[in-house]
Amino acid sequence: MKSSHLRAAALAVLLVVSAGIVANAAASLPAEFPPDAFPSTYQPLPSQTTLIQHATIYTGTGERIDDGSVLLRDGKVAAVGKNIEAPAGAVVIDARGKYVMPGLIDVHSHLGVYPSPAVEATANGNEMTNPTTPQVMAEHSVWPQDPGFNTARAGGVTTLEILPGSGNLIGGRSVVLKNVPATTVQGMKFPDAPYGLKMACGENPMRVYGSRHQFPSTLMGDVAGYRQAFADAQAYDREWKAWEAKVKAKGAVDAGPPPKRDLGKETLAEVLDGKIRVQMHCYRADEMAALLDVAHEFGFGIAAFHHAVEAYKIPHLLAKADTCAAMWADWWGFKMEAWDGIRANIAMVDAGGACAMIHSDDQNGIQRLNQEVAKALAAGRRAGLDISKEHAVMWMTLNPAKALGLADRIGSLEPGKDADVVIWSADPFSVYARTEKVFLDGAVVFDRDDPKRQSTSDFMLGSSIDPHAADAAAAGEGAR
Amino acid sequence: MKYLTMILAMLCVACSPADRSADRTDTGASSANKHAAGDGKTYAITGGTVYTLGAAGKIEHGTVLVKDGKIAAVGANVDIPADAERIDASGKIVTPGIFDPQSQFGIVEVGAVKETRDASAGDSRFSAAFDVADAINPRSVLIPVNRIAGVTRAMVSPTNGDKHIIAGRGAIIDLGSTEGFIHRDAAAMFAALGETGAAQAGGSRAAAMLALREALQDAKDYADNTSAYASNQRRKYALTRLDLEALGPVLAGQEPLVLHVERASDIEAALRLARDFKLKLIVSGGAEAWMVADELAAAHVPVLLNPLEDLPAHFETLGSTLENAARLQKAGVLIAFATGDTHNARNVTQAAGNAVANGLPWLDALKALMLNPARIYGMDKDVGTLEQGKLADVVIWSADPLELSSFADQVFIAGRKIPMVSRQTMLRDRYMQAMREKQALPPGYITPTAQ
Repeated sequence: MKSSHLRAAALAVLLVVSAGIVANAAASLPAEFPPDAFPSTYQPLPSQTTLIQHATIYTGTGERIDDGSVLLRDGKVAAVGKNIEAPAGAVVIDARGKYVMPGLIDVHSHLGVYPSPAVEATANGNEMTNPTTPQVMAEHSVWPQDPGFNTARAGGVTTLEILPGSGNLIGGRSVVLKNVPATTVQGMKFPDAPYGLKMACGENPMRVYGSRHQFPSTLMGDVAGYRQAFADAQAYDREWKAWEAKVKAKGAVDAGPPPKRDLGKETLAEVLDGKIRVQMHCYRADEMAALLDVAHEFGFGIAAFHHAVEAYKIPHLLAKADTCAAMWADWWGFKMEAWDGIRANIAMVDAGGACAMIHSDDQNGIQRLNQEVAKALAAGRRAGLDISKEHAVMWMTLNPAKALGLADRIGSLEPGKDADVVIWSADPFSVYARTEKVFLDGAVVFDRDDPKRQSTSDFMLGSSIDPHAADAAAAGEGAR
Repeated sequence: MKYLTMILAMLCVACSPADRSADRTDTGASSANKHAAGDGKTYAITGGTVYTLGAAGKIEHGTVLVKDGKIAAVGANVDIPADAERIDASGKIVTPGIFDPQSQFGIVEVGAVKETRDASAGDSRFSAAFDVADAINPRSVLIPVNRIAGVTRAMVSPTNGDKHIIAGRGAIIDLGSTEGFIHRDAAAMFAALGETGAAQAGGSRAAAMLALREALQDAKDYADNTSAYASNQRRKYALTRLDLEALGPVLAGQEPLVLHVERASDIEAALRLARDFKLKLIVSGGAEAWMVADELAAAHVPVLLNPLEDLPAHFETLGSTLENAARLQKAGVLIAFATGDTHNARNVTQAAGNAVANGLPWLDALKALMLNPARIYGMDKDVGTLEQGKLADVVIWSADPLELSSFADQVFIAGRKIPMVSRQTMLRDRYMQAMREKQALPPGYITPTAQ
C-alpha cells in the first residue's frame, strides 16, 4: 500500500519516472542495455520427493502443527498438515520428537565480502573512497569460498542478503543469495530477487570521512549527502526520460545517442522507481525518523532499518511507514549510537505493530539465529509481552522474507513456496538444539549425519595435513 | 654535568612509584577483607536444586544460608536463624556466581568513545607495570547489566596496544560493590604472542618471542641485582624499572602469565617459554588448543577459550572448532570461557550451552563458568563453589542456567542481595510504559522504578 503510494508521489514530483528506466531502455536498445548484467546461474541441487512426518512444525506463518507433516516435491513445498500420505517412491523421514521450520533468512550478512580469514586481501566490503558509491555491487566482492557460508548453512540459513559495509552513506547494491556451495557468485544468486541498496546512518560514515576532514563529518552532513544523491538521480532520470520520449517520437536513429550511463545514478533511479529496496543501517530512533522523512521527500520506501538498536522507541513510526526493523538480540554499547540497546527490542517492535526480525551482521551470529530469537523472545516475555514461539519464528523466517521482497516465495511452509526446510534435533528455542538436515529447494544441502552432505570450502582443504596419519585419506581430513 | 642531572632526576622520579606499588598490595588485601561484610542481613535460600560444585555435589531441596557476606551453611537440613530473610527457590536452580576470566569491566564503557577506554597502555612507556586497578570504574553501566544476569566476579584484564606485547596486570573485582570492589590486584600478567604479538614486536612471531624473553631475562637480572641497578651498575634494560618490578612475581611463579595464543605451534612455543622460566602459564584464545591438548594437560596449563569460535577468522585459527571445549576437557585441561564481549558478558551462559551441545558435559560447563576461573587464578579458597566459608556469590536461576529462556531470578554478591535492575531494564520499562499507556507527556517524564 504504502510503497505504491510513495511511487505515485514520486511520479507526481518527477513527472518523468517510468516503470523501469533501464528495462525500458533495454526494450529499445537490447544490445547496449542488458536488463540483468550478471544473471543468476543458480540451479537447485538434485532432490527427491520427501515427506517429513510426525514433527512439531513451526510453519513460519505464526502457527504450530503438532505431529505434523511436510511434503517436498519438485523443489517446492507441496503440502503441510496433520496427515499427509507419502507419494509412491518418496523418501519418508520420521521426525518424531524433532522440530521442523522454514529455512532461516538473514537480511544482513557480510559473508563473502568480509570473509574468513579476515586479511587485507579479503576485506572487500567497503568502497570507502567516496561517501556515495551506489554504483558498486556487493556481488563483485563476494568470495564464494568463504567458509562462513558452510557454517551458516549448518545453522539452517538458506537465504541471505550480502550487503556492502556501512562506511559510506550509500554503500552500493546488495545481493540476495541461496546458500548453496558454488564456485561463482552467480551460482548462488537468488533468481529474480530484487536488489537492495545499502545505505548507512550515523557514526560510521561521519567517522570515516570526518577523520579525513572530508564530507560528511556530521549527522547533518549525512542527511545532506543522501538528499543530494537522490536529487542528482532525479535529474539523471529526467535526462533519460527525455531521450526515451525522443526515441518514441522520432525513432531510435533520429533520437541521437542516449545519455551516458551513470551506474550510481542508475541504481538510485531504480530505488526511486521502487525496483531496488533500501536496506538502511541506522541505530538511533531520531535518525530513523529523519530518514523516513528523506524517503518521503523523494518518494521511495525503506524496506528495513538494520541494527535499529532504538527501534523500540518508535514502533509506531515504523508501522506507519511499513518499514521493517532488523535487529540483534542484545548487541549494545560498542559505540554511542548503540548505547541504548536492550534485549526486549525485537519483541517491543513486534508488539508495537511493526515488522520485526533478527539479523546477524556477523559470521558467528548467523550460525545461531534461532538462539538469538530465543533470547529476544525470553526478554519480551520478561517485559510482560505475551508472544508465542510460533509467532517469534517469523522473526527469522517470514519477516526477513518480507524485508527482501520475497515473502511470496520463501519464509514459510506453505504450498508452492520454495522447499527451504530445517529439521532440528529439538525445539530450536533451546540452546541444545542442533540442525539435523537442511533442505534448499527440496535438496538436502546439509546433513549432520552424512559427511557427504557437509560442504567444505576449497580454502579449508589441506589446511592441516597430518604427516603422522595412517594414510592419505586420513591425513587430508584437516582441521575439522 | 647536564647528563648527570638527568640521570639523577630519573632515579629520583623512579623512587616514589616503587613505594606506591607496595601501597597497592596493601589496598588489595584490605579490600578483600571488606568483602566479608555482606549487607548486614542473613538470607536463607530454600527449596532449590543446589549445585554446590563442591564435594557435596547437587542437593535437592537444599538451603543456602548467607550471613556476613559468606556462606554460613549449605545442605538439605540447615537450621535457619529466626532473623534470616527467607527466599523461596523451590523449582529453581541455585549455583555459585559466574566468574568472567577475562573482561574489561570498568575500563571500557563505550567501545568507540576513547575517553571511556582505559584498557590499554597504548603508546605509553609502560607495559608490564600497567595496572588496570588504577582505572577501574565500579559504577560502570556494564556492571549492573551483567550482574543481574548472574555474572558476579571478573578478571579485569588489560588489552594489548599497538606497541607492547606485554599488556600489563589484571585485577579481580567483585561486581556487587562500589567500595572495596577489588578482590585481588595484580592477579595476573597479560601478554600476547602469535599474530597479535608479532604485529607489536615488529612483524614476526620470532621477534615477539625474543621481546618477551628479553623482558623476562631483564626482569630476572633486575630482581637479582636491584641495588646495583640503583647505583647505575647494570646494563641497559629493555623495559622501564616499574615494568621490571611488575614482572618479579611472574618470574617467581606467584602471578600467572596469561598469554594470548591461538595456533597450535604458538601454544607449543608458549609452553616452552613457560618451562624455561618456570612460569605459571594460562593460555588465552587457544583456538587450536585441542590439537595440543595432551601437552597442555601434562603441563597443567589451563585455557581461556570462546566455545563459539569455529571459523578460520585468522590464519592462526584455521583449526577452530565448536568441539574445542569438549576435547580439552576430555584431555584433562582446565578450561574457562572468555567470549571477549564485556558488554554482553552475560551471554557466556549461551556459549556454555553451545559447548554442551557440542560434547561438553553439562556439569563441566557449569564449572567452567563458575568454578574454573577461580581455580585458574588461585581464588578458589574464596569463591567458585557453594561451600561453608566461601564468599556468598549465589545465583538463583529460573531454570537451567544455560538455557536461553532462563534468567537469574536473584543474585547475591559477597552476601549482598543485588537490586535486579540495570540501565537496560529501566529503558525497557520506560518505553514499555509509554507504549502501554497513552501518555500525555513524553517518555522522558517516566521514571521506571527498580523491580
